[in-house]
Amino acid sequence: MADVLEDLRAAVDGQAGGATRADTVAGMPARWVARPGTTAQTSAVMRAAAAHGLTVVPRGAGTKLAWGAAPEKVDVLLDTTRMDALVEHAAGDLICVVGAGRPLDTLASDLAGAGQRLGIDPARRGTVGGAVATAATGPNRLHHGSVRDLVIGMTLVRADGVVAHAGGKVVKNVAGYDLGKLLTGSFGTLGVITEVAFRLHPAPEAQRWVSAPVDSADGIQQRVQAVAHSQVVPSALELDRSGGGATLSLLLEGTVPGVEGRTAQALALLGDSAGSSDEPPAWWGTEPPSEHGVLVKLTHEISGLSRLLEAVDGACAATGLSARLRGSAVVGTALVGLDGEATGERVARFVDHLRRRASSFGGSVVVLEAPESLKDGVDVWGPVSALGLMRSVKHQFDPERRLAPGRFVGGI
Amino acid sequence: MDALALAEQLRPVLGKDAVITDHQRLRTYECDGLAHYKVTPALVVLAESTEHVAMVVRACAAHGIPFVARGSGTGLSGGALPHAEGVLIVMSKMRRILEIDRDNQRAVVEPGVINLQLSREALPQGYYYAPDPSSQQVCSIGGNVAENSGGAHCLKYGFTANHVTGVEFVTPSGEVVQIGGKAPDAPGYDLLGAVVGSEGTLGIATQVTVRLTRSPEDVRTLLAAFPDTDQAGAAVSAIIGAGVIPAAVEMMDVLAIEAAEAAVQCGYPQGAGAVLIVELDGPAVEVQHQFDEVEGYCRANGAFEIRIAADDVERALFWKGRKSAFAAVGRISPDYIVQDGVIPRTSLPSVLRRISQISAEAGVRVANVFHAGDGNLHPLVLFDDSVEGEAERAEAVSGAILDLCIQNGGSITGEHGVGADKAKYMPRMFTDDDLDTMQLLRCAFDPASISNPGKVFPTPRLCGEVPGRHKGVHPLAEAGIAEVF
Repeated sequence: MADVLEDLRAAVDGQAGGATRADTVAGMPARWVARPGTTAQTSAVMRAAAAHGLTVVPRGAGTKLAWGAAPEKVDVLLDTTRMDALVEHAAGDLICVVGAGRPLDTLASDLAGAGQRLGIDPARRGTVGGAVATAATGPNRLHHGSVRDLVIGMTLVRADGVVAHAGGKVVKNVAGYDLGKLLTGSFGTLGVITEVAFRLHPAPEAQRWVSAPVDSADGIQQRVQAVAHSQVVPSALELDRSGGGATLSLLLEGTVPGVEGRTAQALALLGDSAGSSDEPPAWWGTEPPSEHGVLVKLTHEISGLSRLLEAVDGACAATGLSARLRGSAVVGTALVGLDGEATGERVARFVDHLRRRASSFGGSVVVLEAPESLKDGVDVWGPVSALGLMRSVKHQFDPERRLAPGRFVGGI
Repeated sequence: MDALALAEQLRPVLGKDAVITDHQRLRTYECDGLAHYKVTPALVVLAESTEHVAMVVRACAAHGIPFVARGSGTGLSGGALPHAEGVLIVMSKMRRILEIDRDNQRAVVEPGVINLQLSREALPQGYYYAPDPSSQQVCSIGGNVAENSGGAHCLKYGFTANHVTGVEFVTPSGEVVQIGGKAPDAPGYDLLGAVVGSEGTLGIATQVTVRLTRSPEDVRTLLAAFPDTDQAGAAVSAIIGAGVIPAAVEMMDVLAIEAAEAAVQCGYPQGAGAVLIVELDGPAVEVQHQFDEVEGYCRANGAFEIRIAADDVERALFWKGRKSAFAAVGRISPDYIVQDGVIPRTSLPSVLRRISQISAEAGVRVANVFHAGDGNLHPLVLFDDSVEGEAERAEAVSGAILDLCIQNGGSITGEHGVGADKAKYMPRMFTDDDLDTMQLLRCAFDPASISNPGKVFPTPRLCGEVPGRHKGVHPLAEAGIAEVF
């Protein structure tokens, strides 16, 4: 297979080589790593892969590479980290265009100088491309919307090497299909994202967190509803809950006098034990810990929260596992980290218990990450609505299943 | 089988009133809000349920008959223009609000529900539906979904795509699928993101779940008069640059003001070369503070008169001039083209200067009305069709303005859609590969290309390639039931 490496090297200006033991995707080892520095080189990699019949998985910083199902085969890891340019930051227009390989933290410092920010704040601070490809979510989503709401343009390389653009550099734009939304959260199965244009927001003048301990599921539900229907307009409302109890914490952002006034209102809403701080709680914006590295993503209708919490408690009781939950209560997403004597069979039962109750909280249950030993026999993505259409989309974009085959829903 | 044979097949099932083949009645549906494109459909079906829609679409799929879905027919790009051999599926009878779910901040509606009606229903519970296209008194949610409609307040609140969380959807094969729901992040591809704004080319939404937004505690609106658009533009830049995101920032130039005064006597300040309407909303403590800032930026940039709305009545008066601007232009010109382009907001002063150059060179007047906060221009190109050569010159000016938008890194449409009208402009903004890649999505949903064919992507011409030309005032606007933005 010397000619493969030769062709890959030719495609990326020599920046390709054999994979090491660290180059795995959800436990599946790769054979080669190619590091294109441009969209054109990415296209050349895809064409070389097509010529040799190789599968390709895109990778940024690799922080979420274990998410999803294991791909059937990983011939080439396409590393985007050399495509890390800040192509454009038009501060007056509140937009930026950035290479997929630029770290989120680097971009955050780029923007901070102009008093701006990108409203994407996931716990895993990898690259821009990784955040988009996995639709990574964080507390500020309540205020700024999800990743797909902030993507206004995209450059992608198709499985056959064709380079395509969608959207543009202006926030308001309805010309053509919004492929940026389709590619967001597609886990590298439809194309390789090489450049993204984002809508930005001004950084707030003032921030304040208001937090309160809450004991019961019903108490959590009542306070979340009270905040949701109030006029305090939090930028985020986060819940941290383990067997020992729970904390609700909301973030207020705005002008100095505005935040001061709203803090008083928020304290009243959260009850006598509430307090406020200029610093976030230590757990703010982080994933729940799990000694086994098992992370389950749950979604729910806003008012389904207490039923979701009851279902999690039920799943713990039924399996002997313990769960730590962190979630964005008014967005309707949560992550659960599992602890206790975990076996593959117990994890599977935990997930099954929740899925059987998913209609009660109106959401879905996805095993985001778990070690191979605990993933066995677990359907990580679970039931999927409109799967036929999704297969059809995949077939059109990647008929030969070259991109991350098997990693996404329904074996896509 | 052709559409007429299909009519005979559908009539016993859907009822004879729901299937229209009479030529005079069919002609009622020959155009949407872009009235100079006209095609009489072979058949019109008035759908009353998801089952009806699915049944009609399945029959169309079985016989390769094209279909076009239509809501209230207010679109400005010919997106609901019928197909001569096809079925027009009219959704306006499906207008039940199925659920106002306050606890989940969601509503579930049928696609024929009128945009403003939904907000009115939600308001007693302290909520509203944020996307507010200015045809909101008459346009349907289903049409909004197809077009990804915007509105004056989308600067702060986003577009339809940001507010739809689920649809029940009939695919072009007639299958009924549920995409998304009340909860976020359904596992799999973001088909919702693909479907919203696809202009009816991927299928038909038969039920829509939307996010409801908490009514703001406070709303404050000011009207500022400037000597010219450069200074008004500088004020907008100062406001946005200071980190203020108003709910809306709207601008009109001198010709647009003249037209509005002639039409609705809105009483804008005398001698204004440009007016800005700035609206802030949110928690009262925030609004008060930022409103003072905004007022300061307007004065610092040359505003010679600032009026602050004391109440809802005054606020409505400010908006009246703005919202009537399109139709009002009919008072100062027998014919006009409504353009819809987008530029980066900071290019506003230079683009406006260039538009006035183009206008002067061609001897064609252009009135400018726009969503200044997000750089969405609505130049109104004025002409008199009875004067030979004027229409052609107006079309050339209108096209040159779109080119200007593209050269400045903008878009050929910010909210009216591509439809039948702008498909020919798509290659100016996108490469063949871009368009080919978009069509992969089309192929995935509609391989036989029967769902609203001929829209969005460049295709054989329909009714010639005349850009959006309005003859006088749109009938709906004249009748007082719609305002055209």
